[in-house]
Amino acid sequence: MVVSFSDVVVVYDNFPALAGATFEISRGEIVLLQGPNGAGKTTLLRTCAGLLPIARGSATVLSCDLMNDRYSVRNKVGLLGHANGLFHDLTVEENMSFWSRLIGASNQDVKTAMQIMGLSDRLSATRVANLSAGQKRRCALATLIVRRAQLWLLDEPHAGLDTQGRDELDKTLRAAREAGATVMFASHEIDRARNLATRSLTVAGGLVTES
Amino acid sequence: MKSDSSTRVSRGKVVTAVFLKDIQIELRSRVVTNQVLPFAGLVMVMFAFALDNDDVLQRVAGGLVWLATLFSLFIIVQRSFAIDTADGALDSLRVAGIDLSAVFFGKAIALAIKLIALEIVLICGAVLLYRVDVSATGLVLLVTCVICATSGLAFVGTLYGGLTAGAKGRETLLPLLLLPVVAPVLIAATRATEAAFGSGGAQTSEGWAWIGLLAVFAAVFGVGGSLAFGSLIDE
Repeated sequence: MVVSFSDVVVVYDNFPALAGATFEISRGEIVLLQGPNGAGKTTLLRTCAGLLPIARGSATVLSCDLMNDRYSVRNKVGLLGHANGLFHDLTVEENMSFWSRLIGASNQDVKTAMQIMGLSDRLSATRVANLSAGQKRRCALATLIVRRAQLWLLDEPHAGLDTQGRDELDKTLRAAREAGATVMFASHEIDRARNLATRSLTVAGGLVTES
Repeated sequence: MKSDSSTRVSRGKVVTAVFLKDIQIELRSRVVTNQVLPFAGLVMVMFAFALDNDDVLQRVAGGLVWLATLFSLFIIVQRSFAIDTADGALDSLRVAGIDLSAVFFGKAIALAIKLIALEIVLICGAVLLYRVDVSATGLVLLVTCVICATSGLAFVGTLYGGLTAGAKGRETLLPLLLLPVVAPVLIAATRATEAAFGSGGAQTSEGWAWIGLLAVFAAVFGVGGSLAFGSLIDE
């Protein structure tokens, strides 16, 4: 199993955002997390990334026990949250270069990722501050591609993308799956998301159920 | 595309990447040059107007330089972490699985470079505005003082900047927390600078004892900061 949660409780701002979540995800799956706002989808993704401590239960992600050590999983996952994680005063290329240096990715990896997300033309020399919301999202996704994560954790990845960008993203996620990666993503665009996903989980009231 | 993210990057490469990123953003945005420097210059001029006495100004020039530096430090530290929190990059750094103590040193070195540039201008301003003199031996003491005091300020500023980065009301919280902690730097750097300037008949040799205190402060916060920084920005 890539992800295995058993009766997991995560308290966020004195509120049990996950209140006994139990589910499992196998390698190569693309799992859609659906549910209303405030249901705990973002908390679930951040917990899988090792960013939030677990108060109770047991959780394993990529063989890392999150209860005892939530740090060692971090260099194995790629997280794209509501924010893009970009530096607005730097250009697209400079952002890509920074993140690739941090994780030891090659220039070829950067070029490939930028080509996949359509950022290799004049956009590469454009400051992130001057990009549209969709272009910023594409740049953030490109940094994720460079990371070559074993588990992709995406919070509303389609948000802000145009139709072409959404198609490219879906194609990228399917390619990542074929390469052995596992994908968990939260989305409110149910039709597109269901076409992409191999399985759906519903998050509601801090609990996770099979859709 | 191959799926493998297990590569670990050396601490030195992370320090360099973070340092270059912070400097590159400053060169692009010019916040220190266009906003902090004029602010610090104005503080120096306002002090001159307020005290309005050449003898007094010569006597307190060292303290005024370091007070203006401290006020500017708050703005530079806020800015240094604002660029990381504005679009969630701090979260991305945490998830990158890198050694966060390397991020601490990268940011501290970048902060030190900006502070040194600021202090050079402020000291030149003190020489022009307050008419202080610096002898050759005083210059050696002054340079050592700037290096040691700046290291301490950069380490403690980065540590507390990380501590308040995700906090509500961080703009007011940072000065409140940082000011008492940097009081030893203000006192020691002022005494050493006064000795370098020869203010109030002070001898240059009197300043070296204060350099020792500045070096100890920098070492304590350099080591302590590198150990605590990761946990602070993680919680």
